[in-house]
Amino acid sequence: MAQMIIRLTPELVLMVTAFVVIGVDLYTRRRIARRLLPGISIVGLILAAVAAMAQWTVREPVAGTLAADAFAFYFKVVAAGLVIVVILAGTAYMQQRTRFLGEFYALLLAATVAVYIAVSANDLITLYLALETLSILSYVLTGFLRGDRRANEAAVKYFLYGAAASAVMLYGFSLLYGLTGTTQLEEIAQRLLAGEVTSELNWLAWPVVVLSLVGLGFKASLVPFHQWAPDAYEGAPTPVTMFLSTVSKATGFAVMARLLVIALPTLSQYWLALLYALSILTMTLANVIALRQENVKRMLAYSSVAHAGFILLGLVAITGLGSAQPFTGLDGVLMYVLGYTITNVGAFAVVAAVEDARGSTTLDDFAGLIHHSPFLAAAMLIFLLSLAGIPPLAGFVAKLFVFAPVIRSQYYVLAVVALVNAVIAAGYYLRVVKQMFFVPGDAATSTWRLARGMEVALWACLIGVFAVFFFMNGFTTWTVDAASAMLGL
Amino acid sequence: MAWFEQWVLTVILFWPLLAALVILWLPKTAEDRIRRFAVWSSVVPLVLSVLLGWDYYTRFLNGQGGIQYEVKVTWIPQLNAAYHLGVDGLSIPLIFLTSLLTTLSLYYSARVIRYRVKEYFFLFLILQTGMYGVFMALDLVLFYVFWEVGLVPMYFLIGIWGHDNREYAAIKFFLYTLVGSVAMLLAFLALYFAAGTFDILELMEKRPYEDNIWAASLVFFGIFLGLAIKVPSWPFHTWLPDAHTEAPTAGSVILAGILLKLGAYGFLRILLPILPTAFAYWGYLIVALGVISIVYGAFVCMAQTNVKRLIAYSSVSHMGYVLLGVGAAGVALSGQVSFFDRNSAALAMDGAMLQMFNHGIITGALFFLAGILYERAHTFDLRQFGGLSSKTPYFYGLFMVAGFAALGLPGLAGFWSEFFVFRGAFDIVRVWAAVGVIGIVVTAAYILWRVVMNVFLGEYDEARWGDKIWDLTGFEKATLWPLVALMVFIGVYPTPLVNFFNRAAVEILNQVGYMF
Repeated sequence: MAQMIIRLTPELVLMVTAFVVIGVDLYTRRRIARRLLPGISIVGLILAAVAAMAQWTVREPVAGTLAADAFAFYFKVVAAGLVIVVILAGTAYMQQRTRFLGEFYALLLAATVAVYIAVSANDLITLYLALETLSILSYVLTGFLRGDRRANEAAVKYFLYGAAASAVMLYGFSLLYGLTGTTQLEEIAQRLLAGEVTSELNWLAWPVVVLSLVGLGFKASLVPFHQWAPDAYEGAPTPVTMFLSTVSKATGFAVMARLLVIALPTLSQYWLALLYALSILTMTLANVIALRQENVKRMLAYSSVAHAGFILLGLVAITGLGSAQPFTGLDGVLMYVLGYTITNVGAFAVVAAVEDARGSTTLDDFAGLIHHSPFLAAAMLIFLLSLAGIPPLAGFVAKLFVFAPVIRSQYYVLAVVALVNAVIAAGYYLRVVKQMFFVPGDAATSTWRLARGMEVALWACLIGVFAVFFFMNGFTTWTVDAASAMLGL
Repeated sequence: MAWFEQWVLTVILFWPLLAALVILWLPKTAEDRIRRFAVWSSVVPLVLSVLLGWDYYTRFLNGQGGIQYEVKVTWIPQLNAAYHLGVDGLSIPLIFLTSLLTTLSLYYSARVIRYRVKEYFFLFLILQTGMYGVFMALDLVLFYVFWEVGLVPMYFLIGIWGHDNREYAAIKFFLYTLVGSVAMLLAFLALYFAAGTFDILELMEKRPYEDNIWAASLVFFGIFLGLAIKVPSWPFHTWLPDAHTEAPTAGSVILAGILLKLGAYGFLRILLPILPTAFAYWGYLIVALGVISIVYGAFVCMAQTNVKRLIAYSSVSHMGYVLLGVGAAGVALSGQVSFFDRNSAALAMDGAMLQMFNHGIITGALFFLAGILYERAHTFDLRQFGGLSSKTPYFYGLFMVAGFAALGLPGLAGFWSEFFVFRGAFDIVRVWAAVGVIGIVVTAAYILWRVVMNVFLGEYDEARWGDKIWDLTGFEKATLWPLVALMVFIGVYPTPLVNFFNRAAVEILNQVGYMF
């Protein structure tokens, strides 16, 4: 019992922090609460990440439903870092738009708890509940600005899609339970392998894989389950977009990787084929649509859908699982998630800053940004180059680690599709760069001042974007360890 | 001089980056300080690269050759990727060329760039580090990183300080190069999985895919695409006329003078030594593309009215000689040619390398001259001018030297590279070389007929230009003289440069098993 509580410290710390935030918000004056709440939340997140470190070397399951391993630890640390950035960058933004800051932080922390449970869930029911909690909190966060009609529309759309997707996924899980009689991921794999599933039921393999992937594909915003994403990302308050497009998406991939690799290795021929198609579809469709966007927030929304397709490359090309070395595919997923989320959270932070100064986020609002705020423009440039995969930035490392397994598995068609997509993506990122640097802005809004939190958040992202490249060896060790821990190596 | 041995490359490589960071820290309004600082800071790598050449030359007189000044620090042990630098007779002259052209470009830009000064010099210095890195890297990851690092500053140089159609040219340049470089990255990964390392020297030893021509060709074409777009070879050249025409003067100089050499350098440093069988197998293809580039580029020049566009197409033509030389060496390796002088392969490669260097100084000078003309007349249209020979004799004189060097007049630098290329190639790929000679004739025609006749001869339009066009001023002379002097020096006494390159060519050919 005591052991179990120790294993659950990160989640408990976050829960307690969320309640403290609500309490402080209720019982202190608004002026004091305003100053205290971001600090309390950030401290809670740091403590949770530190507590998660105790799981670094542990591999034992907790109460049979959670796997507190290095794989989960990886996502927990990344998520904590990202949520801290969201809070730092989003505080000024939210303060201008709503009075209910306490609720915002509390919801964000609660969503993080759901993320923590989801990434370590080792059981279909826990997994489903964690994802559902995350989804419901995300709907609320998306519609957080009640007065904003676009936010309302986004929330409703997101909710309807999400409810349908998770129902479908639940149906898939129920079939899986029916086939194997268990909800525990490892046991599912064993029973499928042991041939306890009779051959008359083999036709169920496709429905199980497809239905389960619908729900996860929705979370990870894969085409064709992505339609909610551009609207939700565009309509939601920008800090919430930062959360959805990074933490929430990363969670989708963590869960997908664990479910497919741990529970369904025997069905790999089915899900590999499906993911192969989804990857090509996701990258290509999202990138082509992104080319035509005039609103930067929406462009980045499509871009983040496209990046989901790139992350899938790692899962599709999963190979050499027998040994703990780089370029096996699974470590590529982890590396891409890291490189992409650090960069993307920074890019959306810049969008939030521009939205604050200009009121909207069309390409024209970015015109001449270099003259209004050289720092913002330079930061955005670095984030966009990183998203395009240019070295020496995190996005390059990410691309390197997903392209490598693709080449190793000799999926040359997939490699060429990825190449073409990398170039298309660079094409629309450069449209923003062009606006920021080549087009003269209006002289009226001369220089902008950034909120302190925003500055800290941007610097953190910038340092992260460079660090992932320059300390590639350390990050490689980490991702390889995390990937092999999940596989029980 | 142990410290020199260990540190010279690293210092040359990162000095411009440090200088760029210092500029970032200077206030935007201190434009003169930024200009002065940028120019003076670039003297340090210039001096060091001269010392480097000197030191290497003495070593090689003592019988040492091959890769020297090696630095190898572990970077990503899991992937066998390292910070691995080293230079030989091929890279040292190119490093010197980079230093020289950058210093001259900065010196020239300090006087003609009038807006967004801080950004300009910052980006230019970053670009310099990227170029050095490519010529020094002995690790494919490092090579790729520096290859890409140069891309972004040049995109901005074209896009911000370029001419009318700059935004289109900038994005075209970026995307074209990116297609090639991502293909190259994929091919590098294939090499890694075949050999288990990213180290260029180890890969040369292991020669992955030597026994499987199909797989080797796939990898070959991945890398080939990246390099051929950069060189650029016909039919991948279409980004070049736009980029070179729209770039600011110094940007065109660096683009033509050095960035094109990155591609050619890749052929000699990576493609030929690591994939010799595929290279030999596809040798005729490279020769053919080279010859098509030579002839096609030259004929297109004949139709140009924009002087910068003309020089840009002449680059396509002149880089074709490099491909012809390199490809001829490949054909010789394949053993399909029975009767030929065994030295011809090395001579063709010598010619290719010489052409890389000479094209750098000649086209660099020509772009400076075109820029100088634009500063006065604000047009590149050849047809607008006439009779400048009497109005601006100094300008005319220097232009003639550079122009004659470009068309290969004996006594000037361009002659030797063409001579070596054709001397080597004629023995190996006779018919193709003979076709390539057409290019030389047409080059003479477009230089003399299109440029000299239109711009310098004829009647000076006093009513139109009056005193708007004046002769070279001090700083313009100072920018041009080093290049012109080099053209004459190499034209008269090419031996030192040929020694460097020949050594490298023989080493590469011996490495791939072509014994002399």
